[in-house]
Amino acid sequence: MDLPLTIKETQKGLIEKKFSAVELTDSYLERINKYNKEYNIFLTVSEEDAYKKAKEIDKSEKKLPLAGVVTGYKDIFMTKGIRTTAGSKVLEGYIPPYSATAVKRIEEAGGITLGKLNCDAWAHGSSGENSDFGPTKNPWNRGCTPGGSSSGSGAALSANMCLVTTGTDTCGSIRLPANYGYLVSLKPTYGAVSRYGVIAMASSLDSVGPLGHTVGDVETVFNVIKGGDGHDSTVVDHEAQAIKSKYKIGIPKEFFVDGIDPEIQKTIDEAVKIFKSEGVEFKEVSLPSTKYAISCYYIIQPAEVSSNLGRFDGIRYGNSREAFGDEAKRRIMLGTYVLSSGYYEAYYLTAMKVRTKICQETEKVFGEVDAMIAPVAPTPPFNLGEKTSDPLSMYLTDIYAATANLSGIPSLAIPSGFSKKGLPLGFQLMGPRFSENNLFDLGKKYHDAISFEPKVALK
Amino acid sequence: MEQKNYKPVIGLEVHIELSTKSKLFCGCHADHFAKKPNTQVCPVCLGLPGALPLINREAVESVIKFGLALGCSINMFSKFDRKHYFYADLPKGYQISQYDLPVCGSGKFRVNIRRIHLEEDTGKLVHETVDGVKSSLIDFNRSSVPLMEMVTEPEFHDGRSVIDFLKEVQLVARYLGISNADMEKGSMRLEANISLSRDGTIPDYKVEIKNINSFRFLEKAIRAEVIRQEKLLADGEKIVQETRGYDEVKQTTFSQRTKEEAHDYRYFPEPDLPPMRFSESQILPPMRFSESQITDLKSQIPELPEEKRKRFKEEYNLPEDFAEILVSDRKRPDYFEEAVKLGKGQTFSAKTIADLMVNKKMDANYPEPGGLIKKILELTGVEYATQSETEVAVSEVIGENHKAVQDFQNGKGEVVGFLIGMVQKKLKGTGNTQMVREKLLGKLENG
Repeated sequence: MDLPLTIKETQKGLIEKKFSAVELTDSYLERINKYNKEYNIFLTVSEEDAYKKAKEIDKSEKKLPLAGVVTGYKDIFMTKGIRTTAGSKVLEGYIPPYSATAVKRIEEAGGITLGKLNCDAWAHGSSGENSDFGPTKNPWNRGCTPGGSSSGSGAALSANMCLVTTGTDTCGSIRLPANYGYLVSLKPTYGAVSRYGVIAMASSLDSVGPLGHTVGDVETVFNVIKGGDGHDSTVVDHEAQAIKSKYKIGIPKEFFVDGIDPEIQKTIDEAVKIFKSEGVEFKEVSLPSTKYAISCYYIIQPAEVSSNLGRFDGIRYGNSREAFGDEAKRRIMLGTYVLSSGYYEAYYLTAMKVRTKICQETEKVFGEVDAMIAPVAPTPPFNLGEKTSDPLSMYLTDIYAATANLSGIPSLAIPSGFSKKGLPLGFQLMGPRFSENNLFDLGKKYHDAISFEPKVALK
Repeated sequence: MEQKNYKPVIGLEVHIELSTKSKLFCGCHADHFAKKPNTQVCPVCLGLPGALPLINREAVESVIKFGLALGCSINMFSKFDRKHYFYADLPKGYQISQYDLPVCGSGKFRVNIRRIHLEEDTGKLVHETVDGVKSSLIDFNRSSVPLMEMVTEPEFHDGRSVIDFLKEVQLVARYLGISNADMEKGSMRLEANISLSRDGTIPDYKVEIKNINSFRFLEKAIRAEVIRQEKLLADGEKIVQETRGYDEVKQTTFSQRTKEEAHDYRYFPEPDLPPMRFSESQILPPMRFSESQITDLKSQIPELPEEKRKRFKEEYNLPEDFAEILVSDRKRPDYFEEAVKLGKGQTFSAKTIADLMVNKKMDANYPEPGGLIKKILELTGVEYATQSETEVAVSEVIGENHKAVQDFQNGKGEVVGFLIGMVQKKLKGTGNTQMVREKLLGKLENG
């Protein structure tokens, strides 16, 4: 069967009995069996659970927002009874006794859990190559990275192995795989979605969010998973912002400098033109501290990583600390160093001050405009192996991502087209805290204007 | 040996486990004493991957109450920090504690209090032989139970005043109903920082005495440590900054950890818990205490032991030791006062009630004060001489002791005691003192 690429079509098909939830599950599993070996997208397939849930959906009369939506989770989300590895050998055999809030909510909303998706170990990386279970390949081009760290979450959609996926974004890890997969994804406002049950990378930066083929689907999943759950104290229940009738978008001048790929520059220029034709105004804005964002991020993040990984001390969870990969060890050492007495003030405290400055600058910009447009990454999907020997150049992939995480603002990654080589292109729209509604509205305006059609890579 | 002219300088760190319903960061039962291992656990207190802490308001309120009772300031802005160290009973690899912004700031309670902060307790290691193999097992029932730590300024100079202070602190915690503060259950844990000073200034080293589980041992440990330090200083040696334990058998302290082995805890602000604000004007979620809520907590603080002792002595005329013994229990003062209320208008005094409670422990036999009063009435009814017997005896004594009666009439009030004694002698001790005194005075004054 031809698998539908939106929630709406899926549910229409189920209601009209064009196909059943069990048949949907069959078809996705067929594709997993066909392509997973080569692309290394799913780490665990929970076939039995999926069929059980699909049968329930087929029997149920209930109208649920995600009824029949076959879902894959980044393998950093706890799934009760289903192996959860965080992409690391340390947790190779770990079966959690509880599910993450996001998982629970998606399942309660009718989602069918198909399995767990590959990612950089502990979500450390931008290419998926840090996974202890091998890199995921980009379905659009096997030689390329699908983007990380939620590598499987992007690739699973490009390969049409499920309908929606979840990811985590500490510095672009939801947006980059969407950008490299012709997909839509949302890095929500920090505090909009509970992190409970999601393995922490850097707690003050981690955001939990959805990936899908359309803005509407991402919006639907976001509305299911957002809001307080009585577990995550940083979650704030926030009323949805009213949708604006007129928008002004800022172009941060520090983001459009040397080093930006011409094809990315071009696709954003075109997007600006399209927005303008839709009545959106543009204005150049400035985020002067952008140049410090990556340095700041690479102090705060390893500091929190070193703390969060402390629990994998070799006493519990089966495997010893030897099982940590190089990147995790690198971050543990960096983080331990910057928190050490005598260095804390010079590194961590200074970075926190810079972070405050960056927050103030974004806040100031949002006094002038409703959103900002920016690239997601400096280049289209790069080749697997291209940056693995040079961690610093890999870190620089995150240059456009850091601002949203450091200042806790939401960002929507939107596909815009393909490069000459046939690789996906896109951009991101950032907004003030809790402005997701307006980002969705802008995203839909743009996609309507270009008559966007979701696309998958593999036949 | 040089002349002994050093003054001990002692500061205290006291851990008190709070008796909240649930743990500090999750909904598990906090009461862990003698429970089957690992039956009160969840992802949060097991530190499982992905779990997050959620602050227990009752615990924060308990610390605020304790701080208010000890005259401490409440920090308007308070936060949690992660304290990192490796130990098998610490499942996250860090303890959520408070570093630079504790719930309570400085205060004064006999000595100056430096701070009171809130933190989570650790699990417990149990060493057992399992299937013939010596094993260390971990029980996480205690993991994440709320613990508050009070730190005093180094203002004690002897073991006795340390113990007096600690006993009073223990009592305050019990009066507030925030902890049973039982040493034997580990709900109250003591550490003393000891150094010796020649001129009263605070020396540049301190020796931390840790893991002491009774007041008596702490007093002994302090004594032993002071002697050890005196000896070293007299011999011209420098004292090493370290942590020491106390060996009860040898009656000496012994080294546990030196400064070189000290941890670098790598404190940093706990990102999973937003700061707490104690003020009306701030509206930042989620943990917020308004000024009126603080005032409300203040009003919940009962009469504290020190005030109660004073009042019992004044109001009921109790001797020092009676007041001390009654007040040193959380429930007995209320029992006593209830009994006094019920016994009002009877022939026996409040002191009699206190006497029966303190010396005969009769309150233990009667759970309700009413029962005790009934018993006293029964006893007094049977044993005391009747009114007419008393009157006869009084008349006889007055007739037989002209000299004393004369003295009384000349203003020597103290002879009454002698006359009462004489009446009692006649009644073979069955006279009701109150009645004897009344009859005697009546007769003496009215001729």
